[in-house]
Amino acid sequence: MRKSRDKLVGFLFVLPSIILIGVFVYWFIFQNVSTSFDRVVTRATKRELHPGGVANYSQLLGSDDYQHALFNLLVLTVVFVAGTMFFGLLWAILLEKGVTAEGVFRSIYLLPMAISFIAAGVVWRWLLAPGKGDQASGLNQLLAMMGLERFQSSWWQSPNSFSMAAMAIPAIWQLSGYVMALFLAGFRGISDDQREAARIDGASEWKIYRHVLFPQLSPIALSALIIVGHMSMKMFDLIYAIAGQNSYKASVPSTMMWTQLFQQGDATAAAVNATILLVLVALIVIPYLYYTNKTEKEVRG
Amino acid sequence: MRSRTVASAAIAGLVAVALAACGGTTESGGAGDANAPTTALQTKAGGAGGDVGVFTWWAAGSEKQGLDALVKLFREKYPNNKFVNLAVAGGAGSNAKAKLASDLQNNQPPDSFQGHAGAELLDYIDKGQIEPVNDVINALGGDKVFPKDLLDRLTVDGNIYSVPSNIHRANVVWANVEVLKKAGINEVPKDLKAWMADMDKVKASGVDTPLSVAGTWTQVQLFENVLIADLGADGYSGLFDGKTAWDSDGVKTAVADYKKLLGYANTASDGDDWPVATDLVINGKAAYNVMGDWAVAQFNDKGKKQDQDWTWFPTPGTDGVFDFLADSFTLPKGAKNPGGAKDWLMLVGSAEGQKAFNLAKGSIPARTDIPASDFPPYQQAAMKSFKDDTIVSSIAHGAAVSLAWNADISTAISKFYVSKDEAQLVTDLVAAAKKNQA
Repeated sequence: MRKSRDKLVGFLFVLPSIILIGVFVYWFIFQNVSTSFDRVVTRATKRELHPGGVANYSQLLGSDDYQHALFNLLVLTVVFVAGTMFFGLLWAILLEKGVTAEGVFRSIYLLPMAISFIAAGVVWRWLLAPGKGDQASGLNQLLAMMGLERFQSSWWQSPNSFSMAAMAIPAIWQLSGYVMALFLAGFRGISDDQREAARIDGASEWKIYRHVLFPQLSPIALSALIIVGHMSMKMFDLIYAIAGQNSYKASVPSTMMWTQLFQQGDATAAAVNATILLVLVALIVIPYLYYTNKTEKEVRG
Repeated sequence: MRSRTVASAAIAGLVAVALAACGGTTESGGAGDANAPTTALQTKAGGAGGDVGVFTWWAAGSEKQGLDALVKLFREKYPNNKFVNLAVAGGAGSNAKAKLASDLQNNQPPDSFQGHAGAELLDYIDKGQIEPVNDVINALGGDKVFPKDLLDRLTVDGNIYSVPSNIHRANVVWANVEVLKKAGINEVPKDLKAWMADMDKVKASGVDTPLSVAGTWTQVQLFENVLIADLGADGYSGLFDGKTAWDSDGVKTAVADYKKLLGYANTASDGDDWPVATDLVINGKAAYNVMGDWAVAQFNDKGKKQDQDWTWFPTPGTDGVFDFLADSFTLPKGAKNPGGAKDWLMLVGSAEGQKAFNLAKGSIPARTDIPASDFPPYQQAAMKSFKDDTIVSSIAHGAAVSLAWNADISTAISKFYVSKDEAQLVTDLVAAAKKNQA
């Protein structure tokens, strides 16, 4: 009796958030998906914009512009995730070795995260200015001052198809500190006894990292990977602030969605785009949630 | 509501009613629009009363001063009404348009909102979100006070959906006097070829980038200038009603010329705003910049004097053509206070309102019956050519094409900026036209 009453009270406590999330997340997702299947005919001129149903999806997936945007997203995500993981881990190891004034360095590395993507984007728009030679500004000017003119680049506006990798630079700058904090917490969670034991057994520093510390960090590395990866797929504000509206070189599905909804007034195309993006992110996040749930259960017994 | 306005119309001596009687031809409703007004406008002295919410993106600088001047007049002339400023900040209205779109979607329209006159309003008309304002235009004097060219460009299926408040010219080259002097250029080039020859001279005099460009929309504006120069006013206007094909030889020539021009220009970032390019001319790092005449404010801000520091001429090859864009105000369907909204529209369209607004904003009035002598020299010249020249509509500023079409052209131009692939640009332009042309 008592137990079921507790359960009821508990349920009543979580009910408001169930309702709110139900409406504001799941109902809207449902709305979005149902919009994406609409058949659309313009009111005044009676042209069919979207045939309706699954054909809406093949229409978008088949368009060159969307494929270009998807490819850009892939390049951005790979470079961004690899970059943040590399710098995050590097800084965490350096700090973990016990530098003097560790707090100062930690703040310095974490600080970029405190700046909004939009504000950072305005600065990076200038830093990544494509002018070279006499017109160089931002990073290109810095390279010229160091005598490294031949490394000047048009960054994300370079003609080659992997130019989107340059857009990952500001994103890496902004989020490496966050990954560092995650790894640092992981290192701190490993007791010193284990390192001492390894040292007594004659393990080199590299071997301690390789065989003792890194294996214990893998759940954290996975979390960092998922968090940074899905941020990259949803990234809009930074790209919008750097490249402005309608930039072809910097187009990714999320900036394209903005164009579709607000410039082309095409809610259906935007909904199709949003649904595909949701599925892509879900493909990464759901297996991860499933995995963490399972391991947590195992730990709890 | 109706009986009240009808009754009030009987009050003698009302300016508006008198005007309505002069321009008293009734407009027949346009195709399929049952709400098109069929009667002359009736207004009430001192205003219809109540709150009048007006939505703009004029929140800073000269634009805000212009709006303030209008609001001051509105309070004097219509003391019954209370003006509610619903301005949303953000360049060229990109944020504002997003907010407006959701308000309209939710049936919470303001009483009047700002929009670029012309094709950009098509989106709202298509969705049935705004009402015709033929009665207001007639009451203001119709084609007796507004140029017929302009009214033709605002008319959709026989109805006019907005009252233009101000006009800007988009085919103007701004030049640095000193740089030109150093390069030995004393004459205004007649056509694109002569202009490019001048650019070679500028280059020889030691300025590497004779022409300056900024982000994507400024490139679209430069391209539209080249289109006008190569196709002529009629050929250019034909691009939007299907009379000129987007893959015609004229367009191909224009694309080739545009590519050559970009060869003289600085390397811009897609996200740069227009002052970046104008500043290059001001600093003498470039000789020319093609920009709308809001650039005058930028020269003034930096303390530069006309003829002494900077000069202007219509883009070579487009002399005698006025590439226009205009701001205008609308009457949304379901506005809470349509009477008050019409008071606002009457003020926006009145000679008094246009003079006060445009003097403060630095643009020129849409009406042609306002004496030019009160305006600064550049504006006087612009007013004269607005009266005499052939008027064509700007692509980059939503007068010629809808927002959707503009977005497709912008993406194509942005793609071309890096690839410089002429055939691809023509293909993209044709695809954009096919997708968006009515």
